[in-house]
Amino acid sequence: MARHTLSVLVEDVPGVLTRVASLFARRAFNINSLAVGPTEVAGMSRITVVVEAEGDLLEQVTKQLNKLVNVLKIVELTTEQSVQRDHVLIKVRADAATRLQVTQAADLFRASVVDVAIDSLIIEATGTAEKLAALLSVLEPFGVREIVQSGTLAIGRGAKSMSDRALRSA
Amino acid sequence: MSKGSPISPALLAARPAPPAAPARDAAPVRDTAQVAPAGAVRGPNTVVAPTPMLGSAAIVRSLEELGVDDVFGLPGGAILPTYDPLLASTKLRHILVRHEQGAGHAAQGYAMVTGRPGVCIVTSGPGATNLVTALADAHMDSVPMVAITGQVSSAFIGSDAFQEADIVGITMPITKHSYLVTDARDIPRVLAEAFHIATTGRPGPVLVDIAKDAQQAHMSFSWPPKIELPGYRPVLRGHAKQVREAARLIAEAQRPVLYVGGGCLKAHASAELLELAELVGAPVVTTLMARGVFPDSHEQHVGMPGMHGSVSAVTALQQSDLLITLGARFDDRVTGVLSSFAPHAKVIHADIDPAEISKNRLADVPIVGSVKEIIPELTGAVRSAFDTQGRPDISAWWKTISRLQATYPVGFTQPEDGLSAPQQVIKRIGELTGPEGVFVSGVGQHQMWAAQFIQYERPHSWLNSGGLGTMGYSVPAAMGAKVGDPDRVVWAIDGDGCFQMTNQELATCVINNIPIKVAVINNSSLGMVRQWQTLFYEGRYSNTDLNTGHDTRRVPDFVKLADAYGCVGLRCERDEDIDATIQQALAINDRPVVIDFVVSRDSMVWPMVPSGVSNDLIQIARGMTPTWEEED
Repeated sequence: MARHTLSVLVEDVPGVLTRVASLFARRAFNINSLAVGPTEVAGMSRITVVVEAEGDLLEQVTKQLNKLVNVLKIVELTTEQSVQRDHVLIKVRADAATRLQVTQAADLFRASVVDVAIDSLIIEATGTAEKLAALLSVLEPFGVREIVQSGTLAIGRGAKSMSDRALRSA
Repeated sequence: MSKGSPISPALLAARPAPPAAPARDAAPVRDTAQVAPAGAVRGPNTVVAPTPMLGSAAIVRSLEELGVDDVFGLPGGAILPTYDPLLASTKLRHILVRHEQGAGHAAQGYAMVTGRPGVCIVTSGPGATNLVTALADAHMDSVPMVAITGQVSSAFIGSDAFQEADIVGITMPITKHSYLVTDARDIPRVLAEAFHIATTGRPGPVLVDIAKDAQQAHMSFSWPPKIELPGYRPVLRGHAKQVREAARLIAEAQRPVLYVGGGCLKAHASAELLELAELVGAPVVTTLMARGVFPDSHEQHVGMPGMHGSVSAVTALQQSDLLITLGARFDDRVTGVLSSFAPHAKVIHADIDPAEISKNRLADVPIVGSVKEIIPELTGAVRSAFDTQGRPDISAWWKTISRLQATYPVGFTQPEDGLSAPQQVIKRIGELTGPEGVFVSGVGQHQMWAAQFIQYERPHSWLNSGGLGTMGYSVPAAMGAKVGDPDRVVWAIDGDGCFQMTNQELATCVINNIPIKVAVINNSSLGMVRQWQTLFYEGRYSNTDLNTGHDTRRVPDFVKLADAYGCVGLRCERDEDIDATIQQALAINDRPVVIDFVVSRDSMVWPMVPSGVSNDLIQIARGMTPTWEEED
């Protein structure tokens, strides 16, 4: 099964996330990640969904999503034609002996240390899913205490704006 | 300018009693286009200058402005504020049902015969959850309806308050759209949007859940509101290139079939369909949801496809080389095992819902749009394709089909137990009533027989619960149909099982002078389940005996039950009484009639494609499969 990143522009009204998420649930799709936030247009939100699905099943769900009254536009973003980023906060064990090694590892990944305690650090990193997985494997030996990760954010390359196009066709 | 003054309590006293069954000014025009332009508010669009009123009055006034005449409902705590101005309305006739499910099905029946949205109003919590079945039913069968539910006050929402249910959440997968209104100012716009969504594109149910405090709040009412639905843009016109491609395939096909579904009925496209069908000259099959949209008596009509379809219709699809699919959705009850369905056919699929196209069967030529718009364009394109490519010779195809029709007509055998054949009863009801009647069935054997043995000649004359298969649909839907089209004879053709699920609406019918006729096809059992037990469970009749029929305790006695409700109750137990009993029922028009037709429980629905096998294995009777002589 292939991984697909869908950008879904929606009206910012109560229940819209439930409506979108439940369509995936009904067809038993596994949502790998989901990110929701406002856009540059007032009253319009953008949901980025990463799912594993066969192509024709995905097409069916996309059509069903399009039927939702609050959904304005859906595009699938390929990795080639879009920038895709995940965001992660990692709490890792680090005492006086290991702190330097951990911060050096973070530096190599252009991650930053956002909190320091006697025996732990919190590292913040942004990147592709692959890069964050690599960072995590480097930090693992020190002892990862806690991870919190955002859904993938994706935006098409070039000057075109998805919400622009959605508004124009409206 | 405002039409009429805001509703005042003073009007209550002066209000004339509403006529029991108001006659319509003129017979509604059948099958005209009802396609509203995008963003249009339904109704006469009277301009109402800002007028102060309560949210509850705004609900009633909005319904009036939207052109609603009849609503079905049952009050309760959270909708009480709205029932007060409802009492004062001279334009809305509210019909008090006995169970909210009845209100829902009545709204469906009303919508199915009038083409206008059915409306029901119920209270929060249990009132709303009792509507769930009807909403799911309307969703599956694409019936335009608007359900208004009361909700607890917004401050209490989410606190498990008395009679609170998250009905918007519960019904999300079974409504076309839904709203929760907590601000009175939103009421006119939301109701206008709800009616717009319910009736345009692929029709369906829309739920509007209105918090009690929004009903009680002061607001300023003006009309028409502005509909703002940027994400809702149903496509009506088919793509011209696809239409031409479809015409090209039609001009090449040797064994074309028009596979016609309920979408043609919902689009009021029967006249357009007839023209296309006669031009193409191909066999026409009408699905369970489409019975009547193409006349049964037409020589090109070869029957209903599917699990209990005619041999000719099922085989026509199986052996076809081109399915001209119009507003149908390749339901599993039509296709049987999908991979073996119409294996040699290319598929033209026209539907207003893009999600239906290639959902089950891959379409070679997909056409998204309303069949009301697509069919005339296709007719034109086929005409010019015939001019340039010539007409294909489909006489060999018709020879095959005609032989099947002659060899395997839909028929039945007389039961061996001496009781009447249910098919005979239903057939006679159809024949004695004639094609101007409306026939509303429940779900099960009697439904299939009513689809098979009644001759349908016009659209909107056959109502049933096709997709969801809701036992109990018949009586309340027939009630709604009779309210919507009071001049027609409306038959509820029900089973003894179905009838016991919703027969309390007979009280509604009697009190409100809605004289429907109910034929209980009483085989004393859950007949369709019993048939499957006969065929697939070695006759082990687990929990299908209802004890209502011949040689049983007759619990309940349907004649006494009818009598208790103030209906005329009749019983017919012998073949020789069938016609006289039906005639007697047809002669009674001042109150509902319930006929207990005691019939054999051993009659089965044939033909049948057993579940899980190819349509090629259709059986005309137990263990009997037609012999095929394929032409090529």
